[in-house]
Amino acid sequence: MLSLREVSISYDGVPAVEEVSLDLPDGQVLAVLGPSGSGKSTLLRAVAGLEDVTGGAVVWDGRDLAGVPTHRRGFALMFQDGQLFHHLSVARNVGYALRLRRVPRAQAARRVEELLELVGLSGYGERLPGTLSGGERQRVALARSLAVEPRLLLLDEPLSALDAGLRERLAGDLREILRAAGTTALLVTHDHEEAFAVADRLAVLREGRLVQEGAIGQVWRSPADTATALFLGYARVLTGPAAALVVEAAGLPDAPALAVRRSALSVDPAGALAGTVRAARDTPGQVRLVVDVAGVGEVDAVAGLERPPAPGEAVRLRVDPGRVAAIPG
Amino acid sequence: MRVPSGPGAPRGRQAPRGRAGLGRLLTLAALAVVPVLALGLFFVVPVSGMLARGLVVDGVVDPGAVLEVLGRPRVHRVLWFTAWSASAATALAVLLGLPAAYVLYRLDLPLRRLLRALLLVPFVLPTVVVGVAFKQLLRESGPLGFLGLEESAVAIVLGLAFFNVSVVIRVVGGAWESLDPRPGEAAAALGASPRQVFRTVTLPALRPAIVSAASVVFLFCASGFGVVLTLGGLRWSTVETEIYLLTTNLLDLQAAAALSILQLVVVSVLLALSARLRAVPGGASRVVARPRPVRRGDWPWLGATAVLLVYVGAPIATLVAGSLRVDGAWSLGNYRALGTAGSEQALLVPVTEALANSVRVAVDATWMALLLGGLVALVVTRRSRGRAERRVRGALDAFFMLPLGVSAVTVGFGFLVTLGRGPVDLRDSALLVPIAQALVALPLVVRTLAPVLAGIDDRQRQAAASLGAGPLRTLVTVDLPVVWKPLLAAAGFAFAVSLGEFGATSFLAREDRPTVPVVIFRLIGHPGAMNYGMALAASVVLAATTALVMLAVERLRVGSVGAF
Repeated sequence: MLSLREVSISYDGVPAVEEVSLDLPDGQVLAVLGPSGSGKSTLLRAVAGLEDVTGGAVVWDGRDLAGVPTHRRGFALMFQDGQLFHHLSVARNVGYALRLRRVPRAQAARRVEELLELVGLSGYGERLPGTLSGGERQRVALARSLAVEPRLLLLDEPLSALDAGLRERLAGDLREILRAAGTTALLVTHDHEEAFAVADRLAVLREGRLVQEGAIGQVWRSPADTATALFLGYARVLTGPAAALVVEAAGLPDAPALAVRRSALSVDPAGALAGTVRAARDTPGQVRLVVDVAGVGEVDAVAGLERPPAPGEAVRLRVDPGRVAAIPG
Repeated sequence: MRVPSGPGAPRGRQAPRGRAGLGRLLTLAALAVVPVLALGLFFVVPVSGMLARGLVVDGVVDPGAVLEVLGRPRVHRVLWFTAWSASAATALAVLLGLPAAYVLYRLDLPLRRLLRALLLVPFVLPTVVVGVAFKQLLRESGPLGFLGLEESAVAIVLGLAFFNVSVVIRVVGGAWESLDPRPGEAAAALGASPRQVFRTVTLPALRPAIVSAASVVFLFCASGFGVVLTLGGLRWSTVETEIYLLTTNLLDLQAAAALSILQLVVVSVLLALSARLRAVPGGASRVVARPRPVRRGDWPWLGATAVLLVYVGAPIATLVAGSLRVDGAWSLGNYRALGTAGSEQALLVPVTEALANSVRVAVDATWMALLLGGLVALVVTRRSRGRAERRVRGALDAFFMLPLGVSAVTVGFGFLVTLGRGPVDLRDSALLVPIAQALVALPLVVRTLAPVLAGIDDRQRQAAASLGAGPLRTLVTVDLPVVWKPLLAAAGFAFAVSLGEFGATSFLAREDRPTVPVVIFRLIGHPGAMNYGMALAASVVLAATTALVMLAVERLRVGSVGAF
């Protein structure tokens, strides 16, 4: 089990990570989510042994890892852009760690073939990395990392360099592959979609500090503060009387602030809120509206495609309690 | 406010960091120790020994003497001539080098690789050979004798620029080649004419490379030795030749030391400046734009490049022609005479033996320069953790650039005065000359290898480490595949530089074991048409050898060779 105990890291006296404590039980996937500059990559690099910890300790199964060099930690690290060895074929990239361990040739070849099959690249063994697409390269990098059966797999924004469609597909694959291999993994990312698609647990990091940590659904349902809610993909955070109105319409217990998804309000003649449509825009599944709700102000809402309201039209809105989250003061 | 989370936490906060940091520093020290010791023993000690000779009078340090020397009218003349001849030569080199950089690195021209290699030859050409070639071109009976430039300041400026134009071409050409063409295309799309694009987009982007090249060229011109000594006669003297005259002819060590100190200070300032201005190193991640076909608008550039080729080619052609004439007729006599020791006891050994000697020395100097340069490049390019480590690496980087600008004459003479004492007497060792030449080649090796190593994405090494590869294995997996070609190129470069080295060698080579440049200088200094003809022939042989080596190097296609 990986434990971070009050880990602090600073570069030349400037703190990048401050007193972060986290536990990652074996077999789980933890996503550290944070905007760029939040210190999440620094944290990952410290776990890998690429940065020195300036305070606290990185502990594995009760043993402090300070002074243990990267290559003795048994943690495989997968980069955003794969960092394949360009002069080695796909098979030799994947088998790299096996050769380091002097695994017998035939056995290593079998294992490489297995891994390539696992990541869906059977028969790619003799290709050179330069001939692969971005997604294929990431798959090879993943297979290369898994070859050592690492105690812990560290993933640094593994899907960010890919385009949207590919990212979604590969995120699902990544989750399945990690489950199938039973790998413990620590993933850092700035993309909450990526975190949700892959991880069991979520830790939110901001300005070097741990803001919130927990099971992924729990973090999602109750973000710790406004900034976290916005970062998790909520469209707006309402406060004061506006929040009170929407909370009431949703039939929720009173809360000082309410994070609202873009699709939390929908047009419904029986809805509790009344407002005037300011703008309407078609999207494939629904029509997205901006509605001026009395006492709340402008909010996002959605309507079905069959009879979308036009700007200027008065509408009533229903609140979906599953798409809002109360935020403590 | 902070509460330790467990009993082990407070201790864990300090101790492990010290351990990890210490390990890294020890590795750094272990890698750096050989080059630092070598540079200390064979550069710092001799140079400071030389300086001490001049500064310490009767056991007392007397800085007033330095000021006295710097106040002499002759020294003023020397300083002034050094400054303006180097400036003029730098300006000429930049002016001639820019069009060629464009043509040879940006245009899809047949034979451009061959031309690039040939234009790199003057830089490694022995300075003495350059001197002889220009002498041959400009002397009264030479093809350009009617200009009356023999032993003139103009001849020296021409010689210095000839020698250094390739530096401009390499540095600026490399930058130009990797220049993103899109901003220029964007400017053109906004209505800028080709001339405006050049002025507003291309030139500003190239400025760091141009300034960097110019500062290095100035440095080389200001410390030019062989060219000035052979072309300047007795009329013109630069700081470097003046140091030589003061030490060997006038035995005024104090004045020589004073000039050396001045040179050291100026060179250090210039090196610091050029390091600051040095363009972002290229390396593996560098994007090279595809050369484009020649267009009508390129003719001025092509014309300027043709002028450059004539300028570089004419002295060499004259040299070759001169070497093939004996008593007014075409003959291979001069080459046949290379098997002899010349007339009127010019030499102790035949030129052929000197050539064999040169090659042996160059081989030794090459492996030394490669070993030291490889270690230095490795040390200065590894990623630093923390400010202290970065500072140490930065200081080492600057330290190993010092031989680039310190007078080879000072080094050579310093060897003589210091290495005779102390634990080992190296003065008679056959390794003395190779060591001195290795030091001269060291900065060039470092400058060839360091950008390549720095260009490797450090995450490649991290990926290897995270897969379980130790430092050595990481080096073999990640660095070696990228660096072996540059290593080979650096070897060729060091070999060529060593073959042509004259400044330090002229002091250190023994009469019975001379190198070819030393022999050439001796032959032109001796009367007799046969001796002069032999000097020309030996120059051609030396030039051809270095040219062949550089052609081989160019085939390796390493961008950082000859770039600074």
